[in-house]
Amino acid sequence: MRHLIDILDLTCEEIDELLDTADSIIENPAAYATRCAGKKLATLFFEPSTRTRLSFEAAMYELGGHVIGFSDAANSSSSKGESVSDTVRVVGSYADIIAMRHFKEGAPMVAAMKSTVPIINAGDGGHNHPTQTLTDLLTIRREKGRLDNLTVGFCGDLKFGRTVHSLISALSRYEGIRFVLVSPKELQVPDYIKDLLTEKELSFIETTDLESTLPEMDILYMTRVQKERFFNEEDYLRLRDSYILTPEKMRLAKQTLSVLHPLPRVNEISVEVDDDPRACYFRQAKNGKFVRMALICKLLEV
Amino acid sequence: MKIDSIQNGIVIDHIPAGKAMQVYQYLKLDEAEGSVALLQNVPSRKHGKKDIIKLDGVTELDWNILAFLAPDCTVNVIADGNTVEKKHLKLPETLTDVIVCKNPRCITTVEPGLHHIFKLANRETGVYRCVYCESAHN
Ligand SMILES: [Zn+2]
Repeated sequence: MRHLIDILDLTCEEIDELLDTADSIIENPAAYATRCAGKKLATLFFEPSTRTRLSFEAAMYELGGHVIGFSDAANSSSSKGESVSDTVRVVGSYADIIAMRHFKEGAPMVAAMKSTVPIINAGDGGHNHPTQTLTDLLTIRREKGRLDNLTVGFCGDLKFGRTVHSLISALSRYEGIRFVLVSPKELQVPDYIKDLLTEKELSFIETTDLESTLPEMDILYMTRVQKERFFNEEDYLRLRDSYILTPEKMRLAKQTLSVLHPLPRVNEISVEVDDDPRACYFRQAKNGKFVRMALICKLLEV
Repeated sequence: MKIDSIQNGIVIDHIPAGKAMQVYQYLKLDEAEGSVALLQNVPSRKHGKKDIIKLDGVTELDWNILAFLAPDCTVNVIADGNTVEKKHLKLPETLTDVIVCKNPRCITTVEPGLHHIFKLANRETGVYRCVYCESAHN
């Protein structure tokens, strides 16, 4: 039995297979419509995340399966003090697979140690969110036709953005990836990510300037710069605006650029960019459902 | 200051000055079978000052814990009054129930019955990471 706790639990070959399955689902959804008939997915959301939960639930319904679960710890047994281990042991006797989101980092790993059914980490605190990374990888491969030999820009909060860390780790396993890390000094990627890139002898630059580096990028991964990350309002306002993607900045970019964003966005991509064919973030959100369908099929071995 | 020389036991030399008490606590030397001497702030040619722990009648220790606390210490194993072995320790790959995770968001802070497990992430810097939340321990 397999779980998905960390994106690096999967080999590059397994990721390729999952993305192939997702492509095949997109092409011919009818072929998968009863693949999980009679199976139940439990969505255990100890921390609310409507977007991720709906994506999992839609994925299971489109595979012909059923969904049980809760969307908020206040309504769950954990509010009565039940441990993660006990919860998954009980839920595992009702469901065939579990998608878990938890505010405690490492909770899905603990769940996997005790569970009798596959566990999917649907986000644990600021730690991992592997199905978001699969979504990002599927989007890059569908937009670009490959996962290697790309210049990938990351912009915004690179310090606390777990989706950024996971995607960098995942992409660091492919040939010819160049990273351009654009952020305010206060929000640069943590040292362990830089250590990883240095250790693997990967090319990366750190910069505070989006405009001058945008023209080289094949991919631009935008993230939110959150107000609560700053000590004062002044810094926040000053920095926020230099990391907003606008139609003017898009003029500097390649015609083949793909702009990704894990969503939800606040104002870091202005809405006028949405109509630009290079804006991929809504296609990306849709891809999330397909890659979760592929993952559920793989882990259920159906 | 003089401590009787050891017949059969262990001398842990070159412990960083001020660290001997911590080593004593982590190795639970208060429960040791034989006699224990702690020397602190001993002048050292190499390091200025150092701590030393002498254990008479003790032949086994948890080397992993010792290596984690004082990776550069020297262990002298004494038999019949002679040094029969000099050990240099290596940082262990895994630490189980030696240290606890300081990340307040870590599952180990709330879930009962979990072992506190850390893996060596970088041998050069000696950084250990919690296996659950991957926070560095420092
Ligand atoms: Zn931890």
